[in-house]
Amino acid sequence: MTAAVIAAAPREPSYLAYRGRYSGILGWIFSLDHKRIGVMYLIAQAVFFLVGASLGVTMRLQLMRPDNHLVQPQVYNALFTLHGVIMIFLFVIPSLSASFGNFFLPILIGAKDVSFPKLNLMSWYLFMIGAVVALMSLFTGNGPPDTGWTFYVPYSIRTSTNVVMGLTGVFIIGFSSILTGLNFITTVHRLRAPGMSWFRMPLFVWALYATAWIQVLATPILGITLALVVVERLAGVGIFDPAKGGDPILYQHLFWIYSHPAVYIMILPAMGAITEIIPTFSHRTIFGYKAIAMSSMAIALLGSLVWGHHMFVSGQSDVADITFSLLTFLVAIPSAVKVFNWTATLYKGSIVLEAPMLYALSFIFLFSIGGLTGLMQGALAVDVHLHDTAFIVGHFHYVMFGGTGFGFFAALHYWFPKMFGRSYSDKVARLAWGILFVGFNTLYFPFLILGWLGMPRRYYTYSFPQFASLEMLSTVGSWILVTGILLMVGNFLHAALKGARAEDNPWGGVTLDWKIPSPPPLENFEQIPVITQGPYDGFEGQAPR
Amino acid sequence: MSNAANLTFSQPTRHMTQETHHDYTGSKLGMWIFLVTEMLLFGGLFLVYAVYRYMHPADFHNAAQDLNVFIGTVNTCILLTSSLTMALSIATLQKGQRQAAVWLLLTTILLGIIFLVNKYFEWTAKIHHGIYPNSAEMLRFPQGEILFFGLYYVMTGLHGVHVVAGVVLLSIMVNVIRRKPCDVHVFGAASPGPAGVRRLTLTDATGHEMWTSEGIGELIDSVSVVVNYRPSEGRMRPQDYVALENCGLYWHLVDIIWIFLFPLFYLIT
Amino acid sequence: MKRDDMNADHQHHEHPAISYGKFVGVWLALLMLTALTVAASGLQLHVVGVVTAACVATLKTLLVLYIFMHLMYEERIFKIALAVGVATLAVFIALTFADFPFR
Ligand SMILES: [Cu+2]
Repeated sequence: MTAAVIAAAPREPSYLAYRGRYSGILGWIFSLDHKRIGVMYLIAQAVFFLVGASLGVTMRLQLMRPDNHLVQPQVYNALFTLHGVIMIFLFVIPSLSASFGNFFLPILIGAKDVSFPKLNLMSWYLFMIGAVVALMSLFTGNGPPDTGWTFYVPYSIRTSTNVVMGLTGVFIIGFSSILTGLNFITTVHRLRAPGMSWFRMPLFVWALYATAWIQVLATPILGITLALVVVERLAGVGIFDPAKGGDPILYQHLFWIYSHPAVYIMILPAMGAITEIIPTFSHRTIFGYKAIAMSSMAIALLGSLVWGHHMFVSGQSDVADITFSLLTFLVAIPSAVKVFNWTATLYKGSIVLEAPMLYALSFIFLFSIGGLTGLMQGALAVDVHLHDTAFIVGHFHYVMFGGTGFGFFAALHYWFPKMFGRSYSDKVARLAWGILFVGFNTLYFPFLILGWLGMPRRYYTYSFPQFASLEMLSTVGSWILVTGILLMVGNFLHAALKGARAEDNPWGGVTLDWKIPSPPPLENFEQIPVITQGPYDGFEGQAPR
Repeated sequence: MSNAANLTFSQPTRHMTQETHHDYTGSKLGMWIFLVTEMLLFGGLFLVYAVYRYMHPADFHNAAQDLNVFIGTVNTCILLTSSLTMALSIATLQKGQRQAAVWLLLTTILLGIIFLVNKYFEWTAKIHHGIYPNSAEMLRFPQGEILFFGLYYVMTGLHGVHVVAGVVLLSIMVNVIRRKPCDVHVFGAASPGPAGVRRLTLTDATGHEMWTSEGIGELIDSVSVVVNYRPSEGRMRPQDYVALENCGLYWHLVDIIWIFLFPLFYLIT
Repeated sequence: MKRDDMNADHQHHEHPAISYGKFVGVWLALLMLTALTVAASGLQLHVVGVVTAACVATLKTLLVLYIFMHLMYEERIFKIALAVGVATLAVFIALTFADFPFR
């Protein structure tokens, strides 16, 4: 590897210090540098996450006690719709792909930038415009959308609320997601450094590559579906209107054709980041490199075939029910392959429990709960009982928050020193992790029990006293969780402003990102590196393969 | 050719260049992936069409008889011809025959506009007969026919939007290839080196000197030189025509979608 | 400037120019196929008619893809990307049809 050469060269100014044609804020919003664009996504996502989280906390307050009337019923409908739309489309769909992917994909394959830097900046603008349009639906028209984030017809074509604007926002965000995917695929194909063969790519890159394909193939279906709902509302075409012969279940098919694969758009990059973190903190090369790389592709493939499991009680045919149930069980296999390989990597490693690793390990734990509860719902008979209950909500929060969210936090703790050249307090980070982890489980585990007992999702309130204690416990959990989040945010803000200078390689990582300065210079590499070994070879005491 | 040129101070210096990279295959690959997303966008509609036609075969059959096969066929031929002129336009530009390329491109645009005009008359005739979404006339139709015409308007409408976008795109390209192919390289050179007589030299790839500046005084510490590149006939580089090629790909895709829309709506009587 | 050079020649291959005559030939073939499919639809062939229409449309598409869009000269990844897209759409349609015919 060319590590020595790169380190010995005189330092170029970092991408943060670099002065291009514009300076100040303009130097950021007109920057074509993938690192700056990645950081802009990161900031935007963090803000949306906090907005979404506060909506969620408000919902918890409403559900804290039976027969509570903290907010109006219509406000509650808007709350769960916006919480869903903001969290799904503005936080977990761009997830690690837009932020960390943009920042690290070119670095990890030894490139100076992505294939289409201008398109990359345009994607960010589309994302922001889409977000603004979606958020504007709150304050304009006949009040915020109240359909839930799924926009199911026929309600979404009947309700008088501001659905068209919400849909337009999501449509634009989808377009941004497509362009990012297109950019990443081309980058991986065209800009790998000399010697960086496919099986020498870090596994985060494999995960991003698989994600990019899903983005490119599935998102257009969502785009056209939402466009059809808009046309339906504006012109009354009748395609989804049962009064005119339209079939609402066809809408559900189209919606989930995208939205199930979208789950993997959300989770795959997080899995990729976890795959980077675990070898670094076990000081051991990854176990089963090819199996993990191929499982990413297998998840992308199989994940596109299972959408019907959201529709077991919708009235679709029994044949479809059985087919989709079977396929749903199959998709657990590649996910399990990853989990087994991560644990096998830990085996006999010299494990260091610093903050990124704590988040990574809790990711495995929480994602396993999320995945296994998913299998419960994949069983037809069980799903009839569980459908539209709080169990579902608990399940996908274990996957989306316990998975993608914790993966996001893990990546943030792992790469923060590299991205900003500053160190955060490890002690505070670990404390925040502990609070977050406890708060998370206190908040969401009761959902699983409540759902099993029959508490429906999306209900404004309830009268059964037997739900009261668990609902209360869950609300207390939300407070603990928020404490943890605020502590973590505070820790990062403090580090960004006053943190000590970070080393180039604080964790002893071996991938290319740890062989360049922190923060990286504008062009990442003085000279394009020539790759001569696998991505996780070179840990001390480890013979290269 | 400027992309093989080298700008150096006569004394050791650090020179900076504007980073431009032209990954010809990469930009076409990006375009093809975009086309795949377009295909899936229409694919969602084809899926809807397939389901509803499966559920209402007779209604679809009856409704299709209201569409004018003649206009549909003419429009098909127009789009196919425009694809030919598009392909020829790229082929001529690759050979550096810019004038021919522009004319062929203008023909393509014209054919696109004729297609849209036909479409306009077709739609207005339908609307005149009271057949349009949510019309009182149409709500009396059997459900399958409502769906057929709903899909007809949505699918040909979305296709029409793509034709409009293509026409706009190609009009921009007319301007681009008339002015271009030409690109500008800005070389910035900064010499912190010792004072004395310094000169800037532009050399080609073989080291042959193409141009040398006058002596540069010691008070000057940075110089920038702008080189305009204008390829002559037969000396086209891929990056000079890749933009047109990508627009052409888009145009052909719009044609392909019509190749499927035509039998699905006009020929199922 | 070295760097610029390297990138400019970054393993692209210019494919051989297709002759104008070939383009015109493909265009004529496309027009003829259109005539064929219109004529066939007039014959009320039912299933055979649907199959003919589908085959003709596919054939026309392949001509446009391979000749007009130069796909035959492109690298393998271009064909893979397209095939993946077509296969995905086919699977989406096929799995949706696990529902409607069996209601
Ligand atoms: Cu799902």
